[in-house]
Amino acid sequence: MGKALRYLALAGYIVFLAFPLVWLLSTALKLPQELASLHPTWIPRAPTLTNFTDAFGEQDLVGSGLRSLVVAVACAVLTVILALPAAYALARYRSLVNRIAIGWVLVSQVFPFILIIIPLFMVLRRLDLVNTLPGLTVVHVTFVLPFALWMLQGYVRAVPRELEEAAAVDGAGRIRSLVSVVAPLLAPGVVATLLFAFISSWNEFLFALIVLKDPDVATLPLTLVKFTGAEGVVRLGPLAAASLLATIPSLLFFAVIQRRLKSGLMAGAVKG
Amino acid sequence: MTLTADRPVSTVKPKKPRKGGRQGREAMLLMLPALVPVLVFSVGPLLYGIFLAFTDARSGRNSVTSFVGLSNFGDLLSDGDFWASFRIGMIWAVSVTVLQFLASLGLALLLNQDLRFRGFARVLAMVPWAMPPVVIGLMWRLVYHPDAGILNGMLGTEIDWLNDFSIALPAVIVVGIWTGMPQTTVVLLAGLQGVPKELYEAVEVDGAGTWRKFWSITLPQLRPVIVAITSLDFVWNINQFGLVYVLTQGGPGGQTRLPMLFAYEEAFRYGFFGYAATLGVAIVIVVLAVLGVYLWRQMREAS
Repeated sequence: MGKALRYLALAGYIVFLAFPLVWLLSTALKLPQELASLHPTWIPRAPTLTNFTDAFGEQDLVGSGLRSLVVAVACAVLTVILALPAAYALARYRSLVNRIAIGWVLVSQVFPFILIIIPLFMVLRRLDLVNTLPGLTVVHVTFVLPFALWMLQGYVRAVPRELEEAAAVDGAGRIRSLVSVVAPLLAPGVVATLLFAFISSWNEFLFALIVLKDPDVATLPLTLVKFTGAEGVVRLGPLAAASLLATIPSLLFFAVIQRRLKSGLMAGAVKG
Repeated sequence: MTLTADRPVSTVKPKKPRKGGRQGREAMLLMLPALVPVLVFSVGPLLYGIFLAFTDARSGRNSVTSFVGLSNFGDLLSDGDFWASFRIGMIWAVSVTVLQFLASLGLALLLNQDLRFRGFARVLAMVPWAMPPVVIGLMWRLVYHPDAGILNGMLGTEIDWLNDFSIALPAVIVVGIWTGMPQTTVVLLAGLQGVPKELYEAVEVDGAGTWRKFWSITLPQLRPVIVAITSLDFVWNINQFGLVYVLTQGGPGGQTRLPMLFAYEEAFRYGFFGYAATLGVAIVIVVLAVLGVYLWRQMREAS
């Protein structure tokens, strides 16, 4: 295959991957009049940021953004608190549970969500958690946990056991050696796991759709989907702007972990 | 999918904790906080969901659920709507998996070479991964929009892509491919980088060209990775919901109603919990059967 042909192929890929993104950006920068005109063009005639300010003016977008933020932060913190002791146990005591945890990560990929979500909905209804943010948080934590556990135990494994033992020999108690020796080394791993859990929750749509029926408690993805109502073309600009804003957290996250993605290790982690 | 790796031979034996005893209890205690929510909100519901498939459960709070044996399965097999969604689901899952694999393999091969703009293309290829599925769906709705969409703008057509009976499914399949490419490309790229250079050098001595190197070295070496990623992709695609829900809600006239959209409607629009659970079980059976046959054939060919 010649060099020219290869560049042609690469160009084809770049166009295919980029054109919807460029269109989203273009739509976000256009005035309502231009969006309503019948000849769509790539470049906005009079680029404007009014769509972004309009999006922020939308009561339900800001409100649902804040609710998404609350759920995602709560999900991230809870996930790490619950997973950290277990991750330590998995890494330090080799056990059957380790295999089961990883097996569960794989098995849970195979089962259609509908099989879990109907009984889960019944459980939440019994606990009066339907239509509540705590209810959605619980569901998100449950589904992020197995992978977070797997991530964290990898980070614990990377902390040499000898360090811990040496600290214990020096007379520091076990708890103190954990706090003063292991914790600082684990910090980057904990941050990565926090970020992963945050993004998973922030992007999540399906569980939110089922748990939160009431528009007053909707999270951002739900509101975005409802946003294209009967108002037609005029609303497309603010919708595109809000969609771009909603993508910022995940883009930042991927910029941070981009290098690790190349190893393919995380490849199974983030699915739509 | 168990991978066996050769353990490096080490003279230092790691200390194994004694089973049971104080350490076993300690490990159990540490596991508990993570185990309880997963058991209560994930494993438990899954098992209960399988049980529901054999009942006439409804969504009403006070409805009485009774055991109906296999009658849901009988209803399912004689339900034309189910077969329609099943057919669409298979067309969707097979097309997206195969086409996405071919596209990703091409991209991975390109990214594995010393080309200009490679870094840029690599970052770009990651972007769909970083986007919320809902945003991907909305973005493509803007592309396909009949009046304000760039696709009609460029082609000079007036097609309502997502509402046309014969075009909607292919249009949605394109979005599926776009969305899934990053993962498949990254996995294949990692596989390509794992192929030992010596193998290529050995056949270069024999004067092998690009194609021969690809067919005789690259593909056989990639085989385990290809089998793993296409299997996973197929499972994800047959269970797809959110992306297509945002794009079309299963329309027009059910032309893009994937099995999970059908199940969602049965459960949360009409309240047939038992019947929707039956659908879930049926899909699991299909997935296991398809994967079983596929993996078995692959293993037989490999040995």
